[in-house]
Amino acid sequence: MCMRTIEQTTQEILELATMQFKVPAGSLAADDDFYKKLGIDSLQALEMLSRLENHFRIELPDYEVQGVSDFKTLAQRIQARL
Amino acid sequence: MLDLKKYNSVGEALRDALDTWPTEVCLIESDRGEEKQRLTYRNFKDNALPLAKALQDLGIGPGDRVAIIMTNQSKWLISAYAIFFRGATLVPLDFKLKSEEQWQLLKHSDAKVLITEYGIWRQLSASPGRSAATCLKTVIATEAPKDADVSGAERWENVKGANAPVFIAQGREDIACIVYSSGTGGTPKCCMMTHENYLEQCMALTSLYPFWPGVRYLSILPTNHAIDFMVGFFGPFTCGAAVVHLRTLRPEYVREAFPKYEITYVSLVPLVLKNLQKGLQARFDALPDAKRKALDAIRNINRALTKDRPRLWLSRKLLGEVHAAFGGKLEAIIVGGAFTEPQTLQFFYDLGIPVANGYGLTEAGTAVTVNDLKPFRADTVGKPLPGMEVQIRNADSDGIGEVAVRSKTVMAGYLNEPQLTDETIVDGWLRTGDMGRFDSTGHLQLFGRKKNMIVTEEGKNVYAEDVEQAFEGLHVKEFCVFAANFIWPQRSMVNEKLLLVIHLEHGQAFTPELKSEISTRNSRLINYKRVHGMVIYQEDFPLTASLKIKRSELAQRLAALDREQSILPI
Repeated sequence: MCMRTIEQTTQEILELATMQFKVPAGSLAADDDFYKKLGIDSLQALEMLSRLENHFRIELPDYEVQGVSDFKTLAQRIQARL
Repeated sequence: MLDLKKYNSVGEALRDALDTWPTEVCLIESDRGEEKQRLTYRNFKDNALPLAKALQDLGIGPGDRVAIIMTNQSKWLISAYAIFFRGATLVPLDFKLKSEEQWQLLKHSDAKVLITEYGIWRQLSASPGRSAATCLKTVIATEAPKDADVSGAERWENVKGANAPVFIAQGREDIACIVYSSGTGGTPKCCMMTHENYLEQCMALTSLYPFWPGVRYLSILPTNHAIDFMVGFFGPFTCGAAVVHLRTLRPEYVREAFPKYEITYVSLVPLVLKNLQKGLQARFDALPDAKRKALDAIRNINRALTKDRPRLWLSRKLLGEVHAAFGGKLEAIIVGGAFTEPQTLQFFYDLGIPVANGYGLTEAGTAVTVNDLKPFRADTVGKPLPGMEVQIRNADSDGIGEVAVRSKTVMAGYLNEPQLTDETIVDGWLRTGDMGRFDSTGHLQLFGRKKNMIVTEEGKNVYAEDVEQAFEGLHVKEFCVFAANFIWPQRSMVNEKLLLVIHLEHGQAFTPELKSEISTRNSRLINYKRVHGMVIYQEDFPLTASLKIKRSELAQRLAALDREQSILPI
């Protein structure tokens, strides 16, 4: 199994968020605040977490995303569990 | 239920509860749709006593503080009972806070033992804040994988004392819990709650919304929150009911839990309730025209037939499909932590799902008023609970004044803050800082706050002063954070916002760089603590002799500005 780099993980998260929240391709960046950029609330962020779990085949406790608001940090949290 | 008048402490009541209903289920735990654990009251006791003995072996007893930082799960409640069994004080902390903030509160509370989950401990142990909390002698970590490095913690499964622990009785006036109502900035607000506070609150609440063996309460609000502690632990346990925990609160699993466990009660914050409303409304809107019209007609019939009081059996018949999605056994949704908009309450009531809304604050032992649904009123926060004296102080010509509360549920005071306590509890009356009035039927209506704080829809209390740290060292002459409604009082409990007020140096221009710095610093704050606008003030801030900002005076001066025109976006 090939290991993803943090850049690959970040890219995949951005692509998944782009699809889930139907924003134009390429409009999201790693440093973006996803609450602000996607206009979502904490419940919708949890929904995003579910998709990410399925995609990366990991289990992330809810609190891993509490206090995280940018894709880059989210990618680091996910990377730590891959 | 147990007759709580007979008991002196939370631990004593819980001890009797475990022996009263040994074969009833008290806890169900599910993870991602899969049931992982089901405990009876006897199982619960068998799990808790070895931990109580381990705490005893660590020397834990009256006066000692033991903190819990966990998500909602069975071990939270088991640990809490073990702490009460030893007559110690429980410090429930918010697992959603940042590690540095958790360390700050562990230090402030002077906790000797921390019981936490491995995942949380991993973050905590790596945080530099660790060195400050020298009070902490032992950490117990749950769910640590076999080969994991537990960074000096004890593994939960190994923390078991041999032989029976000694139960230590506590008096009604002794401190059961110290609860952080908010604030991790300058002065954390830490309420000392007595055993009497909890016993009295439980009696009052269960007189309106009773629990009984067979009731299933879905625990969603964090258990460190006063509401879930009461209605998701102490209340159901003293009535032989069961609590359902979900290890993840993803919406899809929460939805699934209602029919699966035939949930009787659930507590939600207004934000979640509103989301639920949006989701249901979207499904109604997607119905074919004829079906939607039929649904609207049935909703109107239900509304008319439940005008004076809820008739759940009738609503369940009329609106069967909607009720089936909620499991068909739902008695009420309890909403708390923040103000709920009347239209949301009405939406659910019209579907035959009563929402028990109310008004409360940690300092008052949580709920002060609750809607008794006789009849349902969406425009008020209900009537005072039994045992609560509520007065409106310094009322204006419209009858609106500060809400003051006197009751056996009012906290003993703020930890280590005698002056703040004296300012808050005056002659036995708790000054809430909330503005309200009673209508002719004795219902309380709320009209904003006197305090420089906001309460978010997620039920988070945010004090403006706590947010200022994020802007420390900003290149301006001076700055201050305010709740917009503190400057421009509004007779409303919705749309509360924080504002950053800045005063530039003489001749300094408001450059794009400065704007971007403010925006960057703001985005580093956890989302609910962020400021939502900025005011550029042209004059010097009024200062005290020790050069602190006179907040009230500055707010008064700012009030002369036009609210809409002065607030700039960030």
